[in-house]
Amino acid sequence: MEPSSANTLRLRTPEGITFALPLAGPMTRLLAWMVDVLIVGAVSTVLSIAMALLGWMARDLATALATIGFFVLQLGYPIATEWLWRGQTLGKRAFRLRVVDAHGLRLQFSQIAIRNLLRAVDILPGAYLVGGLACLFSRRAQRLGDFAANTVVIRAPRLAQPDLEQLLAGKFNSLRAHTHLCARLRQRVAPEEAALALSALLRRDELDPLARVELFRELAAALRAKVEFPPDSLDGLADEQYLRNVVDILYRPRGASS
Amino acid sequence: MILDLEKFFASERPLWAELDVMLLRLEEHQNQQPSLDEVKRLHYLHERAAAGLDRLATFANEPETRRYLESLVARGHAEIHEQRGMPHRLKLFEWFFVTFPQTFRRHVRYFWFAVAVTVAGCAFGGLALVFDPDSRHTTMAFGHDQLTPSERVKKEEQSQGARIDGQQAGFSSFLMTHNTRVSVSTLALGMTWGVGTIISLFYNGVILGAISVDYVQDGQGQFLAGWILPHGSIELPAILIAGQAGLLLGTTLLGRGSRIPLRTRLRTVSHDLMTLIMGVGLMLIWAGLVEGFFSQYHEPVLPYAVKIVFGLVELGLLIAFLAKGGSGRVEMSVNSKP
Repeated sequence: MEPSSANTLRLRTPEGITFALPLAGPMTRLLAWMVDVLIVGAVSTVLSIAMALLGWMARDLATALATIGFFVLQLGYPIATEWLWRGQTLGKRAFRLRVVDAHGLRLQFSQIAIRNLLRAVDILPGAYLVGGLACLFSRRAQRLGDFAANTVVIRAPRLAQPDLEQLLAGKFNSLRAHTHLCARLRQRVAPEEAALALSALLRRDELDPLARVELFRELAAALRAKVEFPPDSLDGLADEQYLRNVVDILYRPRGASS
Repeated sequence: MILDLEKFFASERPLWAELDVMLLRLEEHQNQQPSLDEVKRLHYLHERAAAGLDRLATFANEPETRRYLESLVARGHAEIHEQRGMPHRLKLFEWFFVTFPQTFRRHVRYFWFAVAVTVAGCAFGGLALVFDPDSRHTTMAFGHDQLTPSERVKKEEQSQGARIDGQQAGFSSFLMTHNTRVSVSTLALGMTWGVGTIISLFYNGVILGAISVDYVQDGQGQFLAGWILPHGSIELPAILIAGQAGLLLGTTLLGRGSRIPLRTRLRTVSHDLMTLIMGVGLMLIWAGLVEGFFSQYHEPVLPYAVKIVFGLVELGLLIAFLAKGGSGRVEMSVNSKP
């Protein structure tokens, strides 16, 4: 395990590969916990109504079932859901959080049980003050239960394979007609500059429209200064399209048809 | 150098997809053992994904793909490098009758320490009552200070169990959940390097000692034994085992004389902590049933001798169970000293 930077747990595999797990912050965890409290509250209400109805027939039995039911629900809900859904309660699912082993290994049942049983101390003296403070000051955002169980809570967004083809392929590139200029472009553009242009294109939908126009204008101007293409190949080409063509040349040297 | 992303994607994408599917299968069917060929393939695919991540991190700043690969490598890492055994199926019977007593014996010194702390608490509570009778108002819980033992015994014997009739199940479930909460707190307070656990055990001892001395001084020792023993012979050891777990946790945190890193120590004992507290939970279910349905009945409904013998038999069986249970079997966890 490598030292963690802010909000990230970095792990190194025996093969020497480092990967990062984004840690969940206390506020997101609080929101997820509140969703779980609401769920437990809702189920408790249903249970109360059912037991009240049963109480008309067998009062003692209803009292016993209600007492045990509430207890099992409070203690068992997080343990059962985190075990069944590999580290996620319904609240954590809603906020895309997941409990994982702090060493990146498979989560064990004992870890889930310990982290949930130790809520008894995290909740002290009330409103999760101990757990919240521990989470706030811990390098890995761990409450005491997490610390004892060797677990961390990470953000786990749903990740699909990135579709780069949608971005680059299948579009006419007027710059490709000038093979020698394309070669010069690949020679003059630094990897960092290429990566910056690619990132801008990949994130274009996340940008504010005005900022997007400005960003692409600046990037296109910087790249235009590297290699000057003939005016006829640039005719009617917007900054964003120019950038797309340049990135296409840089990252797909064999052309769109390949 | 700029990575030819298209070529890179074309060659690696099918392998990532295959790894993704394989990992999903392994994660969802954790009880199934993969074949040797599947393990080899998984290892190969994981290595390829890891190598891809390495190349991508070096040659191009492509955050989406890198996050995707990091997620794949993280999941593969968890499957490949996990060395702790996973139960192939839940064997509750074997766990309770073999693993639980084995775990108890492995950490028995913490149990004896918990006993010593509780006995010290008993002595304190008892002596406090002897030297300062007014201390009963602070050392006795559950309203025991409101009546003298003789008054209580008279009241209980006159009611002939009517006080509890029709409420046994409710009372029993209250006791089970309350005692389990106390036990879980006793374990959890181990996070204070065991100090909280010691205070909790001592406080329990004070109450027990004060009540015991109060009844004995008032000549109600037989009632006390008949009242406490049937459920207490299981309940009190259960609380002590919870204390044992708390002390184990506290000692693990302290790690005195150990060169093993804290996280490794905690990882090593986590399974034992769970085993102890789950065992305590089962014991308290039994104790709650006995207390709700049996302990609250006194003479003339139930002779004290019967109750005392019942309690002593339970205690004997518990001692035999904890001392001998699973002794002929290979220990499930051999490396769990903090």
